[in-house]
Amino acid sequence: MSARDWLLDESPNSRMQANAGRFYRMGLALLRNPLAVLGALIILLLIATAVFAPWIAPESPVGQMLDRRLLPPSSANWMGTDELGRDIFSRVVYGARITLMIVALVAIIAAPLGLIIGAVAGYFGGWVDKLLMGFTDIFLSMPKLILALAFVAALGPGIENAIIAIAITAWPAYARIARAETITFRSSEFISAVKLVGASDARIIGLHVVPLCMSSMIVRVTLDMAGIILTAAGLGFLGLGAQPPLPEWGAMISRGRVFILDQWWVATMPGFAIILVSLGFCFLGDGLRDVLDPKQAGKS
Amino acid sequence: MTAISLKSLTISYGGIPAVHDVSLEIGDGESFALVGESGSGKSTVLRAIAGLAPEWTGEISVLGAPRGHGPDRAFARTCQMVFQDPYGSLHPRKTVDSVLSEPLIVHGLSERSGRVSEALDMVGLGQEFRFRFPHQLSGGQRQRVAIARALMLKPRIMLLDEPTSALDVSVQAEILNLLKRLRRDQGLTYLMVTHNLPVVAFMCDRMAVMNAGRVVETAPSSALRTGDFSDPYAQHLYAASGGDEIASKDGQ
Amino acid sequence: MTPLLEIENLRVSFPTTQGRIEVVKGVSFTLGRERLGIVGESGSGKSMTGRAILRLIRSPGEVTAERMMFDGTDLLSRSERAMRPLRGARMSMIMQDPKFSLNPVMTVGAQIAEAVRAHESVPRRALANRVREMLEAVRINDPDRVARMYPHEVSGGMGQRVMIAMMLIPRPDLLIADEPTSALDVSVQAQVLDLIDELIVNNGMGLLLISHDLNLVARYCDRILVMNSGEVVESCDAADLHAATHPYTRGLLAAIPRIDETRDVLPVLDRSAWSGT
Ligand SMILES: Nc1ncnc2c1ncn2[C@@H]1O[C@H](COP(=O)(O)OP(=O)(O)OP(=O)(O)O)[C@@H](O)[C@H]1O
Ligand SMILES: Nc1ncnc2c1ncn2[C@@H]1O[C@H](COP(=O)(O)OP(=O)(O)OP(=O)(O)O)[C@@H](O)[C@H]1O
Ligand SMILES: [Mg+2]
Ligand SMILES: [Mg+2]
Repeated sequence: MSARDWLLDESPNSRMQANAGRFYRMGLALLRNPLAVLGALIILLLIATAVFAPWIAPESPVGQMLDRRLLPPSSANWMGTDELGRDIFSRVVYGARITLMIVALVAIIAAPLGLIIGAVAGYFGGWVDKLLMGFTDIFLSMPKLILALAFVAALGPGIENAIIAIAITAWPAYARIARAETITFRSSEFISAVKLVGASDARIIGLHVVPLCMSSMIVRVTLDMAGIILTAAGLGFLGLGAQPPLPEWGAMISRGRVFILDQWWVATMPGFAIILVSLGFCFLGDGLRDVLDPKQAGKS
Repeated sequence: MTAISLKSLTISYGGIPAVHDVSLEIGDGESFALVGESGSGKSTVLRAIAGLAPEWTGEISVLGAPRGHGPDRAFARTCQMVFQDPYGSLHPRKTVDSVLSEPLIVHGLSERSGRVSEALDMVGLGQEFRFRFPHQLSGGQRQRVAIARALMLKPRIMLLDEPTSALDVSVQAEILNLLKRLRRDQGLTYLMVTHNLPVVAFMCDRMAVMNAGRVVETAPSSALRTGDFSDPYAQHLYAASGGDEIASKDGQ
Repeated sequence: MTPLLEIENLRVSFPTTQGRIEVVKGVSFTLGRERLGIVGESGSGKSMTGRAILRLIRSPGEVTAERMMFDGTDLLSRSERAMRPLRGARMSMIMQDPKFSLNPVMTVGAQIAEAVRAHESVPRRALANRVREMLEAVRINDPDRVARMYPHEVSGGMGQRVMIAMMLIPRPDLLIADEPTSALDVSVQAQVLDLIDELIVNNGMGLLLISHDLNLVARYCDRILVMNSGEVVESCDAADLHAATHPYTRGLLAAIPRIDETRDVLPVLDRSAWSGT
């Protein structure tokens, strides 16, 4: 029996096989969507670039060579050099690491936080809901970048603080989504059935409510990634995110803007990287929405 | 001994009573039907017994022990409920296996794998269904899974809320036969809600007719063969269910 | 006179990992301004037939037919955009699962009001009256209280009647009712069906009633189609259903419990008795 047959078996023999089959089917559905595949490829490229940066980049991202400042793109420096004579291509490649780190850390901090707060509020309802959502709305009512700016200003500039600030501004939206999703099924019969069995509220939220919010959460986080990258770049641009000489894309644009008219490549090359990665996340997010859309997946 | 005893039970939602002053005695091993108009509070009575409608006054006792107002773990082992909608009562992202294991895990029971496959056998589902997701099952198969889940903790009392009304006649016949067999084999007590009098005639020993939140009549199910009802609403329901044809046949 | 709906060789298929499978295999019928019932066991393709007529089958599902005419217009050649004004206004469908089809976070009254407003402009004050009227029409006692409830707070049968009320508001020419009364007791069921009947008699509406309740269909419809695994296996006048000859139909009839039941075990369908699956 081939691996494909094993995965597509209508009557799996173990829970593992059933779940593997479910993911395989989703993967197949995702592959049918060309844009999603393109998005996934871009993100794979980002990950590969970050992992293999030392091998891909021809030079060190911080090595200064003041005798070759602001050279235009050429076969030696594919994306030209910046005002300190550093190879921009190498800096963009290393910058992938920082971008990936920002994205991953924000997702790890903000998504679970928002998910749990939203699920608890939606599941219990009543005053718990009012309290948690009031708190969430305070955060939600402030513009993201300005809130992040305020946090960074309070915590001091730096990449870690920028990540924390972005995470703090990102979770309320996730809490809202998780709550909205939870409310639609909190009074459904499969939740009543586990209550009747005597399961605790923590167990119901953790094992029965959260998994159902998961797919819309994944879609939303993926779509938000573009915004997160842009916010991080914005903070970098304002000098409040990554500090020199870290090759953060936003910070690179910020330094290049002085030369934008005569040496356009200094600011444009990292800008391309930002746009490409943001688009990648958008495409993948859109594709995932089609595959994970609970209305489609839940019906037979 | 009485399995379920309700004494002047009034159940409200948000302060508005939905069921007024219901008193019933259901014997151990009996199969009892609750029939009546849509919206008359049949499901509400079951939900109150199960602990899902906590706003009630009066007295509920199950197997002699008074019942609290919420779901509780000890009670879960004596009494379980099967819901009306086979499409809504299974978690869409859980396999049959995890649905059936859940009660065992919550109650810390061992030999889970063996018990799950035993339960599948009991409701006539093959082992090939064990790791399927609900969307890979038909309505009738889902309802069997829901019945199996209710049986996992080996309760003595089953609350059945319209277990077959969403199913077609051929599947309904299978589920009704199954419920009848399980009751005979395991000495279960059924409290079953239905709006279908012929199902009562097939499944139940006694019945209570509800209208507008009150029990208007209690009768043995043999009354369905003779049309022996005194309450006007019960007579009306009986006539509308095809009882009038039987009466006219007897008259000939 | 041309019939209201003409369907010829309707097929619906879905791709699966084992290739494309047809779930409706060449169904043909015509519907005038009358009541046509479709019965059959679960999974026989009844709902898919109804949804295909409204072109509600989402991709990857595929619908083909030789002919699909509604009141002189060709449904097959219509674009999704051109279907929208038809759907709801001239042809509407009562979905099988009311709990699934109602919005769980909107009150019942607000949803009915929404349906009213989608088809006519009613001043806000009159709207509440229309909602109450509709709820009363489907025999809901205490309509003001029910209008303020959320779908999970209404009983199974009330949810179903809310759905029916919403679909009848625009007074469609064609109503496809998919198991509209499965959660209703017989007396309310009869009243709701009378309401639908009024529209048939007064407005000349055509009704396609999908149900698994053979007795109901036999009592209420003019003609009946019996479906099994995507095909129509028998078609007869409603009055003759109990004299049906196809073994599948006979099997379904035998499985119904009777009010003076004495059998200990109900006969279930013996799938080897006819050549189908
Ligand atoms: N969660 C709730 N909040 C408020 N009212 C409710 C709630 N659940 C049910 N009700 C009301 O209680 C009454 C009885 O409902 P119940 O579900 O018990 O009816 P039922 O007899 O089971 O009807 P059906 O046969 O239609 O299912 C109805 O008027 C309903 O609107
Ligand atoms: N998205 C899908 N992909 C593959 N098969 C499907 C899909 N949707 C429905 N089917 C299949 O189509 C067949 C017909 O379904 P349909 O909903 O029309 O049945 P039905 O006659 O309405 O049954 P019921 O009485 O249970 O409502 C079923 O066998 C079902 O499994
Ligand atoms: Mg009910
Ligand atoms: Mg159907």
